[in-house]
Amino acid sequence: MSPEPRRIAVFGGVYSNHLALAAAIGDAAARGAETLYCLGDLGAFGPHPDRVFPLLIDHDVRVLRGNYDDSIARGLDDCQCGYTDPRDNYFARLSYRYTFRNTHERWRRWMGRLPGEIRLEANGARVLMCHGSPRRMNEFLWESATSTQFLTWLAREHEADIMLATHTGIPWQRSLPGGGLFANVGVLGRPANDGRTEVWYALLDFGADTGAQPNLEFVPVGYDHERLAGEMRDEELPEEFVETILTGWWTTCLEVLPARERARGRF
Amino acid sequence: MPGSALPIEPQRDIARARKIHSPAPASNGAGPAAESRADAPLVRLDHLDTLWFQVTGTICNLRCVHCFISCAPDNDSFEFLSLAEVEDWLRRSETWGVKEYYFTGGEPFMHPDLPAMLERTLERGPASVLTNGTLLPARALKPIARTARAASYSLEMRVSLDGPSPEMNDPIRGDGTFDRAMEGVRKLLEEGFLPIITATQVWEPERDEEVRQAFVARLRGLGYENPRLKILPSLRIGREADRVRPYTNEEHVTEAMMEGYDERQLLCASSRVVTNRGIYACPILIETPAARMGSTLEEASRPVRLDESACYTCWLHGAICSNYGGIGQDVS
Repeated sequence: MSPEPRRIAVFGGVYSNHLALAAAIGDAAARGAETLYCLGDLGAFGPHPDRVFPLLIDHDVRVLRGNYDDSIARGLDDCQCGYTDPRDNYFARLSYRYTFRNTHERWRRWMGRLPGEIRLEANGARVLMCHGSPRRMNEFLWESATSTQFLTWLAREHEADIMLATHTGIPWQRSLPGGGLFANVGVLGRPANDGRTEVWYALLDFGADTGAQPNLEFVPVGYDHERLAGEMRDEELPEEFVETILTGWWTTCLEVLPARERARGRF
Repeated sequence: MPGSALPIEPQRDIARARKIHSPAPASNGAGPAAESRADAPLVRLDHLDTLWFQVTGTICNLRCVHCFISCAPDNDSFEFLSLAEVEDWLRRSETWGVKEYYFTGGEPFMHPDLPAMLERTLERGPASVLTNGTLLPARALKPIARTARAASYSLEMRVSLDGPSPEMNDPIRGDGTFDRAMEGVRKLLEEGFLPIITATQVWEPERDEEVRQAFVARLRGLGYENPRLKILPSLRIGREADRVRPYTNEEHVTEAMMEGYDERQLLCASSRVVTNRGIYACPILIETPAARMGSTLEEASRPVRLDESACYTCWLHGAICSNYGGIGQDVS
């Protein structure tokens, strides 16, 4: 039996950002992460979706299925983000069509086989990794719009002590009464609407003693974002997306942000 | 939209609509549906994500011609909730794992204890206030803004405005209401809020894009550079049934329509509304006696029967009353 991992790295949505993914894999290895996880949304937004899959496989990243992967794998009409704002929808559809067109059939099949969640036990803690929330693949869990009592209910309902999710794009964590933890690990695909060009992932340390509180740290990763911007332009992806990569500010998919998170951004 | 292919006979049946949507329930008790449909599906409460407070009952300073619950200055069929009641419901909601709270009316800013209620609520979770924006006195708005800045949860302010001009808005909401609501938006911006402007689609759907652009231009004129805008379908009950037309006999939800439909899109799958007369299935149906679910959250957690015509609009558009969502638009 393999020993329980003491330190793991957890990546959120990759959004076809193969350069950030490669950088994060290198960074996590350098920091001693024993196992790497990715919480889904492999495509979207960025260029050349097929470049992400070999990286994940070569580095033995354990991957679960996000809503984007689910849509592409099943050939759905959209990404299931549920936008209603016409501008958000316009960009979401454009991005979805590009990703669908450029994802090889074999990777679509591969994504279709990904699990919806990953569970592990580490140092006595039940860890549940999911995409949006433990109950719904496309649920947005924003820091300012998610009550602690709701997270406590989710943990109880889904029999977990530590819950890790992505889907929104902005990292945050909250300790729960009784020693639990929820974290949104952020995404590798685009910056966190914070005016920085780095992207974020989570490093989770399980203490040496059983029952010790795990420690979760968000790690910023720099990568060659100018090269990514060049690739996006070569692929004729929208200049609005390129701007986000170059400035760190979100320009699209803003409708779903609550007031607090929206106020921190530029748009 | 899932229902776009359904045949809809445009016929009028005002007498029937009035029968279903009598102005106010006669008693506190849950009465029989005015016209119970044998084929109306039941919707299970998936989880109590959202608890609404009908905080000022049906009492409103305006008398909008499209109001689906006939709110007005003199309609006290539902009365104010007290601060102690709201605090009690907040406590009771904890073990249910409620994710967020909404305050509606009537006009919530008519309640003198709104600032204290929001302060208590934001200790527990995010809150939203649905206001017409015409009454935002500094004595209420200043403390609310202070609370919002200090809270770790979002406080959303939703301002109802039914057109980007007095010409479009005022015939619906009353003379002078456009200017007063825009002044309210300006005050909210000044206090650091990013109000969600919520408009009922009182124009022809073909004009959506034009109306949106006009809204954006008007709001930018106030310094609201990236306005948040939500467009709602109109609900043809209450006064709106007379203004436009009531629902037809064909416009209701059937079992067959629920096949392959994600019922969690419906507000009643995740919400209940607290009023001074008990708990109701949704904020649209408080004047429908059959929508009264009981007087405790336990009683109110039973399934809801979708036998009201307004359920059809919710079915078509999905969770229309939440902050996110509304009428989508195909621009591709």
